[in-house]
Amino acid sequence: MTTATTIRGVRDAVRARHRSAADVCRETLDRIATLNPQLNAFNTVIADRAIARAEALDRDHDRWRDAPLFGVPVALKDNLCTRGVRTTASSRMLETFVPPYSATVVEKLEAAGAVIVGKTNLDEFAMGSSTENSAFGPTRNPWALDRIPGGTSGGSAAAVAADLTPLALGSDTGGSIRQPGALCGVVGLKPTYGRVSRYGLIAHASSLDQIGPLARTAHDAALALSVIAGSDPADATSAPEPVPDYTAALTGDVRGARIGIPRRLLEQGVDPEVSRAIDAALDVLRSRGATLVDVELPHAKYAIPVYYLVATAEASSNLARYDGVRYGYRAPTTKDQGLRTMYGKTRAQGFGPEVKRRIMLGTYVLSAGYYDAYYLKAQQVRTLILRDYDEAFGDVNAVDAIAMPTSPTAAFPIGERVSDPLQMYLADVFTVSANLVGLPAISVPCGFTAGRLPIGLQLTGRRFDEATLLRLADAYERDTEWSKQLPPIASR
Amino acid sequence: MAAGFTREQVAAIAALAHLELDGAELDLFARQLGDILTAAEDVRRVDTTGVPPTASVLTRHASDRPDEVRPCLDRDEALANAPDAALDAGLFKVPRVIG
Repeated sequence: MTTATTIRGVRDAVRARHRSAADVCRETLDRIATLNPQLNAFNTVIADRAIARAEALDRDHDRWRDAPLFGVPVALKDNLCTRGVRTTASSRMLETFVPPYSATVVEKLEAAGAVIVGKTNLDEFAMGSSTENSAFGPTRNPWALDRIPGGTSGGSAAAVAADLTPLALGSDTGGSIRQPGALCGVVGLKPTYGRVSRYGLIAHASSLDQIGPLARTAHDAALALSVIAGSDPADATSAPEPVPDYTAALTGDVRGARIGIPRRLLEQGVDPEVSRAIDAALDVLRSRGATLVDVELPHAKYAIPVYYLVATAEASSNLARYDGVRYGYRAPTTKDQGLRTMYGKTRAQGFGPEVKRRIMLGTYVLSAGYYDAYYLKAQQVRTLILRDYDEAFGDVNAVDAIAMPTSPTAAFPIGERVSDPLQMYLADVFTVSANLVGLPAISVPCGFTAGRLPIGLQLTGRRFDEATLLRLADAYERDTEWSKQLPPIASR
Repeated sequence: MAAGFTREQVAAIAALAHLELDGAELDLFARQLGDILTAAEDVRRVDTTGVPPTASVLTRHASDRPDEVRPCLDRDEALANAPDAALDAGLFKVPRVIG
């Protein structure tokens, strides 16, 4: 087993001229060509564009020397718009869509010296928990090819886990960065709502969506967040808070940190192997000086149904734009069929089953007569969940982070839950709350099942306090070896 | 009404959403939408008297910006992804709306 590539390792090697950005890029493309046929992590690989970009960086070494991601190959979830590069959201609806602009995060990555190598697979329009809802076939977990990588950023998580790229961006509406991070054994960070601009992210549920990094280590996630965070005139929900250097928070010192554990919430439905790994991880943090305290989140048990009422309502509205007129797929119609028939057929043929199911549910809960009973009610219970977290982080409990498993189980077999949407939704039971309340949350690898499937520890933090989460995760990594392990498929 | 969607109810929702569903989809969604909403029944029983709804967790908005004219998307670029656009005329095209 060899050590996996890190952002810092690549960047420092290119900076010191030990390797050229072009060599790094070519090796990355070779690895993708070798492993992607088994993993199906990438929808699109942009080899020529990436090499041209890497060579341009090499030619201008002096200018880029201090860039934080100089020469670092990056994969982007295929719901992040890239000017001139097909962006599909893993949907037939956008199979040939080529955006005329790039997402703000893409521009920030490139300004920091990154080399974008391709677009990764996801559940269609980021709806799912397994990356099985893709029009281009499921992504496979690098640790067990017959299992799901988690979702919806499954391609991004698999790319980092298989050591194809040291950094991939994902988006997280209900756990879509953290859960695949946990199931593939990499770090996944969902920032505070508003921390990262959503401009150019194909919208799923706009009050919940947030872009974040998947990386090998907490340090690399901190480095990436420092690059992509910040306010953006193009996204009115992006926050004006200043962006710190998150790597400066990684002191290894967690003495006095208070970590809350919602034991009552965790009493049901957590796989025993996952529970044992979480307990052991918390012991590591305690031995470094953190204090573990019990907290109550009495309304968090409603998070899954609240999420599915709020997220589908927002999605049904956001996806109304796919009408076959300005971009995307249009169904063929005969001369005597009118505009409405074209809309109905376009959307029937362009969307897959899970997207249709959510549009239907969202349309229903927003419809006259049911709005108050479902959508408004869900928003009120969302307030109660928010108050639970405020209380846990408030003066009395004064916790700095709340710890839970990221996922109640390790990766499940491909095909096991596709026909049962309710079972699939339960995969997100511990992740959706952070989206509903807008708080930052990180998943850090914390062990394996007996069958060598990764397990993730989730830490949720105060608003705009990603630094504390990253410090805790980094301190934990210093005493453990999980983040350094590569799946057999990725051995060099 | 949860757990008991009829085909006709599902068809009515589909019409609102401009989704042309086939018979198998109507049956599937009649069952699944009912199941999902049944699972949400606990939420409807929570006492939320006097609790305001949360539509967004933003605590403050970015400050207003000056209303200045800036370059926008080039017309050809805007039309480049459109199915069946009238490129020479600079127009999106849709099927006949008025008979």
